[in-house]
Amino acid sequence: MKRALFQNRFLPFLLIAPQIAITMIFFYWPAIQALWQSFLLQDAFGLSTTFVWFENYKHLYESAEYYRTIGTTLFFSTIVSFTSLSIALLLAVQADKPLRASGIYRTLLIWPYAVAPAVAGVLWAFMFQPSFGILARGLRELGYDWNPLLNGNHAMTMVVAAAAWKQISYNFLFFLAGLAAIPRSLHEAAAIDGARPFRRFWTIVFPLLSPTTFFLIVVNIVYAFFDTFGIIDAMTGGGPAKATETMVYKVYFDGRLGGDLGGSAAQSVILMIIVIGLTAIQFKYVERKVTY
Amino acid sequence: MAEVKLRDVRKTYTGGIEAVKGVSFDVPDGALCVLVGPSGCGKSTLLRMIAGIETITSGEIRIGERIVNDIEPSERDIAMVFQNYALYPHMSVYDNMAYGLRNRGTPKAEIETRVREAAKMLEIEPYLKRRPRDLSGGQRQRVAMGRAIVRKPAVFLFDEPLSNLDAKLRGQMRVEIKKLQRSLDVTSVYVTHDQLEAMTLADILVVLNLGQIEQIGPPLELYSRPASMFVAGFIGAPAMNFIPVRADGDGLSAEGGGLSGARGFAVPKQGAVLGVRPEHLTLSGIEGGALFDLEVMVVEAVGAETFIYGKLPTGKEVIVRLYDNIPKVGGRITVSAAREHLHLFDSGSGRRI
Ligand SMILES: Nc1ncnc2c1ncn2[C@@H]1O[C@H](COP(=O)(O)OP(=O)(O)OP(=O)(O)O)[C@@H](O)[C@H]1O
Ligand SMILES: [Mg+2]
Repeated sequence: MKRALFQNRFLPFLLIAPQIAITMIFFYWPAIQALWQSFLLQDAFGLSTTFVWFENYKHLYESAEYYRTIGTTLFFSTIVSFTSLSIALLLAVQADKPLRASGIYRTLLIWPYAVAPAVAGVLWAFMFQPSFGILARGLRELGYDWNPLLNGNHAMTMVVAAAAWKQISYNFLFFLAGLAAIPRSLHEAAAIDGARPFRRFWTIVFPLLSPTTFFLIVVNIVYAFFDTFGIIDAMTGGGPAKATETMVYKVYFDGRLGGDLGGSAAQSVILMIIVIGLTAIQFKYVERKVTY
Repeated sequence: MAEVKLRDVRKTYTGGIEAVKGVSFDVPDGALCVLVGPSGCGKSTLLRMIAGIETITSGEIRIGERIVNDIEPSERDIAMVFQNYALYPHMSVYDNMAYGLRNRGTPKAEIETRVREAAKMLEIEPYLKRRPRDLSGGQRQRVAMGRAIVRKPAVFLFDEPLSNLDAKLRGQMRVEIKKLQRSLDVTSVYVTHDQLEAMTLADILVVLNLGQIEQIGPPLELYSRPASMFVAGFIGAPAMNFIPVRADGDGLSAEGGGLSGARGFAVPKQGAVLGVRPEHLTLSGIEGGALFDLEVMVVEAVGAETFIYGKLPTGKEVIVRLYDNIPKVGGRITVSAAREHLHLFDSGSGRRI
């Protein structure tokens, strides 16, 4: 940027000050607090606090329950990302064709993105509600004993469905943009080269989409890790028997409901490290992404 | 080996744009047919309909014995070279060329032989392992040609394959395409808007204008007997001079003077347009020809030849090509053209009289 753009030397700083203030107040400050808290141990009544170094981390390291939560989280994010990406790709491929109604179709597909996670959770929970939910009744009619309140697998299916559904729009938009960037002449050349649509997709379109797909995989994992809190809270509250408790939910559960502030803070620090790691991967690979 | 025959082919795009309005022509077996015309005249549309990547609104396209209207592109036994080459960016040059053969289940050994053979012919053997993005424009062009050749199709289709190359490379590739087409002896349809490419490559030249054929024939015939002002102006560079004329007992005359001679032409009462090419005007007086009195406005020396931009008294510009005795700017010259080089066109329809 040219210096001459600003007459006043302080104006640029003044202009970015609000942004910096917001980042400080809502990001760095809580992060530092969490880090500090993770080294402290509070007694059950919150009356005294002791500095315990890595005691909280050590405790997590030895806790079988925490590993189970990590397992649940990995399973949940993988299935959510895979489901959401596959469906979005399928829909995007359909929408990429020159259809007359494609405008309406695209608009409808973008709506779920505008729905807040908690609202989406309530909506899906309602549809899956064992006694009167429309999906639950459908399942019952098919002779399936549907009960997400008692059955952990049912509960998991339900939160996966809601979480994946919500992310489809986002993935869809990126896939659509990715597909639009593939020149039409490549499809035509492949058609002349005797590749049927299915084969054309796997040998031409899918490889050319790989930068988009990679980017979306990272975004979806981050989403499944962190942004699905509202859905899980509204639908299952982590239950039954912690079957749907992800790492983020456990932070909330242990800290807010369990009163274990130190342990909860240590968990948040671990999550922060994961985010930093994922972001680093993202930058490293997306920056030098294969450009054709 | 196949002929390509088009019968009253039409194309209306959704939205009502009539891109091709009833086109018929035949390309004999082994011939190179060039479709030429200004931008938007429907050349690409026509070619894409032959390829099968654009639907045919009405009419009939035959390749060999078959009507191909409803046949998939891959079943038409054609190969196409695209303007932007359309190479698969994620595949090596080898895989680009092998892709079409693999899709057809050609045995591996056979693919290898054919790709090597084509690569040798096109001198791209050293690049077989590279990706298209690591090649120069000219090399990409060759790969695109290679991809077409390995398939050994009955018909080659080219959509402005040289337009992304610089002038020198374009000249080289033009000659190579011609040689290649001759040696492979494959029926070809070639689209271009470059009249030089059209003239030098074509066995049959089809001039298109606004979705219709203006004239069709061997290139030199179109040059020497253009059927319309459009063809006359399109073929040849610099373009033919056009001068509105009338005729009386003394021959042709232009409004405001400056033109005389050329008795005995039948010109309608309301007048006509006289066409004469810059290369057919000379400083020596030609018996029975047309004489032009010009004021020299600009002299453009290109090296071997010099173009004189002259002006008739009305201000109408006339270009003359000269080799020697170059006049000075501001001077006056008299140039003449032989009778057989004078073309008369109807001033309304533009058709040849
Ligand atoms: N997919 C399409 N939908 C609607 N109209 C189209 C489409 N493709 C081409 N056209 C129109 O059809 C006409 C002919 O187009 P075409 O591409 O055949 O021209 P062209 O002769 O190849 O021109 P150029 O030399 O610029 O490539 C143009 O008016 C163009 O706008
Ligand atoms: Mg074109």
